[in-house]
Amino acid sequence: MNLDYSQFFHMMPEVTLMALLVIVFIVDFVTAHKAPIVLTDEKTGPSPRPWFNPLVCIFMLAHILVNICPTESASVFGEMYVTSPMIGVVKTILAFGTLIVFIQARTWLSRPDSTFKEGEFYMLIISTLLGMNMMVSANHFLLFFLGLEMASVPMACLVAFDKYRHNSAEAGAKFILTATFSSGVMLYGLTFIYADAGSLYFNEVAKNLSATPMTLMGMVFFFSGLGFKISLVPFHFWTADTYQGAPTTITGYLSVVSKGAAAFTLCTILMHVFGALMQQWQYLLGIVIVLSITIANLFAIRQTELKRFMAFSSISQAGYIMLAVMGNSGMGVTALTYYILVYVVANMSVFTIISAIEERNNGVTDMDAYNGLYSTNPKLAFLMTLALFSLGGIPPFAGMFSKFFVFMAALEQGSAWAYLIVFIALINTVISLYYYLLIVKAMYINKSENPLPAFKSDCNTRLALAICTLGVALFGVCSYVYDWIFAAL
Amino acid sequence: MQLKPLTKEYFLWFTLLSIGVYGFFISIDLFTMFMFYEVALIPMYLLIGVWGSGKKEYSAMKLTLMLMGGSALLIIGIIGIYFFSGGTTMNILELQALHNIPESVQKVLFPFVFIGFGVLGALFPFHTWSPDGHASAPTAVSMLHAGVLMKLGGYGCFRIAIVLLPEAAHQLSWIFIILTTISVVYGAFSACVQTDLKYINAYSSVSHCGLVLFALLMMTQTSCTGAVLQMLSHGLMTALFFALIGMIYGRTHTRDIRQLGGLMKIMPFLSVGYVIAGLANLGLPGFSGFVAEMTIFVGSFQNNDVFHRSATIIACTAIVITAVYILRVVGKILYGKVADPHFEELTDATWDERFAVGCLIFCVAGLGIAPLWASNIISDTLGPIIEHINNVTAIASL
Repeated sequence: MNLDYSQFFHMMPEVTLMALLVIVFIVDFVTAHKAPIVLTDEKTGPSPRPWFNPLVCIFMLAHILVNICPTESASVFGEMYVTSPMIGVVKTILAFGTLIVFIQARTWLSRPDSTFKEGEFYMLIISTLLGMNMMVSANHFLLFFLGLEMASVPMACLVAFDKYRHNSAEAGAKFILTATFSSGVMLYGLTFIYADAGSLYFNEVAKNLSATPMTLMGMVFFFSGLGFKISLVPFHFWTADTYQGAPTTITGYLSVVSKGAAAFTLCTILMHVFGALMQQWQYLLGIVIVLSITIANLFAIRQTELKRFMAFSSISQAGYIMLAVMGNSGMGVTALTYYILVYVVANMSVFTIISAIEERNNGVTDMDAYNGLYSTNPKLAFLMTLALFSLGGIPPFAGMFSKFFVFMAALEQGSAWAYLIVFIALINTVISLYYYLLIVKAMYINKSENPLPAFKSDCNTRLALAICTLGVALFGVCSYVYDWIFAAL
Repeated sequence: MQLKPLTKEYFLWFTLLSIGVYGFFISIDLFTMFMFYEVALIPMYLLIGVWGSGKKEYSAMKLTLMLMGGSALLIIGIIGIYFFSGGTTMNILELQALHNIPESVQKVLFPFVFIGFGVLGALFPFHTWSPDGHASAPTAVSMLHAGVLMKLGGYGCFRIAIVLLPEAAHQLSWIFIILTTISVVYGAFSACVQTDLKYINAYSSVSHCGLVLFALLMMTQTSCTGAVLQMLSHGLMTALFFALIGMIYGRTHTRDIRQLGGLMKIMPFLSVGYVIAGLANLGLPGFSGFVAEMTIFVGSFQNNDVFHRSATIIACTAIVITAVYILRVVGKILYGKVADPHFEELTDATWDERFAVGCLIFCVAGLGIAPLWASNIISDTLGPIIEHINNVTAIASL
């Protein structure tokens, strides 16, 4: 094993993120607010550091641009860390999602009760992103676990970021408890796998693994550990409370970037490491997918609080994401990555709008606030409609294409089991369309005594919405996007 | 036409609906076809939900979800056709030429595709969205929806289900012939007992669109020509019907036939238009309905076995029932005493309404008086396709 600094060149995304983290830390340290913190009831106020957010966004953009070119495959640090064009694409997508989060976070961060924590927010997010990058690139279960923890622990701080709000602290506690519990379960599973394969390197495990009851149990434990992260049913119980309690921006981040990274990792590990157990995990996965999609859809119908609603919607979307893995093929990886990309823009669009409305509605995110929104804020309502249509899989928006590719990937094998699962998933698209249409109905058809007054969003919200809407409208019809992902395979 | 303040949005969604319809008919690729099917579907929700009347929210949701359910079945069928054809194409023409989907698979996929499109074509147990949807939709949407959108179902059933899965179509057609026969007769009977003008016309559409699917399943060249003629003819006369109902409703503010009467005295132009539409609908010679239905029944009767012939005879009875409900409505609302003294002050059609109605009547009558030019075009195009369907089966049965 030869170790020299040139190996870091293969780790460009991590290196630039690390540099970004250091820069943000220094900038925050130097310019931090010296005066004692005074909490007032005032909702808005001039931010003491108006340049901070654009600065971080520009650095984040630079990070994306530096790493956008597909990297060649390499493995460094004793093959613990691997990279490939596909992994590069996934990291770019995650960074892209994070950039949108940064852009739209500005309004919320300039509130007096969080403006002094602005630097911490960026640092925490960047460290979770760094953890996710490590997780995606890992070729060894220990590095994978480190990445996972690095992504989870700062996330708990983020969830509890609005610590003066009771909800937020509660959500943070719930999140960290489930995260540690799931990590424990996962580690337990890994010990079984280690016992059988005698190694924790992915490729060696893949080579040595045999289908014994013990490895099967290890696989199931491992699966449930990641299932918590992706919030698949029956590991979804934390989702609704955490999504509701966390600040809306964080909920958005949690639902797209965190979920996307975990889903991609689970996909590659199931396909490559547990290839020997494919027979078994296909049944396991099929059942979990059907449960996730169906149960989450049925629960979503009953929700009246929009963030809880989006939590259940995201559980069901997770089911669709995992559907791509059913086919166990390269096309599945492409379809999954594409789905994540489309899901990032559509869901972030929804959360940006929820966040904008929440600001004007005293922090309440009930669906009632959306009654008659079209009459007062037509543009916002229209963008929300587009995003919801994309989530529901209505063409010509990107969501329909991503769903179609996922179904294609799942059916590539052509087994009756896969057809059954896809059929159930398809029936569920009808249910999901029903509840997405409920919001559309609230905005366009329902009458309201006192609808939310018309307001002008600030430029950051607009920018974030513009990016998301462009994505929703174009990622589907411009085949370049899919080709870009497919070429990286 | 009374549109609420959001006129701009109305036309936006309406245009999107038209895009979907046009796109569907011009696409020769399974995926694009499916995509446009759904593009046409979603504006309906807002068009009915926002600008509709009556229990519009319920109808809009019901319509959207049922059609979306149909499209869910369709995806399975489309992906199945793609993978089992062994090719790497979704082009319908190439798939048709390839023709190598195993028969056992065809039998599984055929119901998915046929029902998927059949929902839109108001196939019997899946037709329930149609009366509610049509009754609640604003006039222009009803016209486009019953006139054009429901034909997507028939076209899709033929182009994808029957042409790409011909063996299964021959073997399973009996199930769907029974269902469509029920559609035809049941739709007509249901129309007899309705009291809302739009419901009557919507059930009549179920009956007539059922006839389209019925004729397509008979799979003779004459019956399929008749099916296409019926699509054309029903599209025109149903649009005429809904336009007239919209104009009458705009004046009297009721569509309940019990509250209407003597309109012939008050608005003669609209009433005459209504009579013409009614006569075309019940298949009077000289109008398009006669040409289409005649061709369909003659074509269906060419199948010389008991099942097909008895199905044809049962379907034929719908003509009589159609006459019952059309003449009942015409007699009730157009003749007799003026039901409400307020109606005396109402005006007849304005020049733009006259123009629209005139155009449609011209087409309906034109197709009825000189049908050959249309039926020749249709028959020539259908020839090779029908030959393909029947050849394939002949080879398979050897």
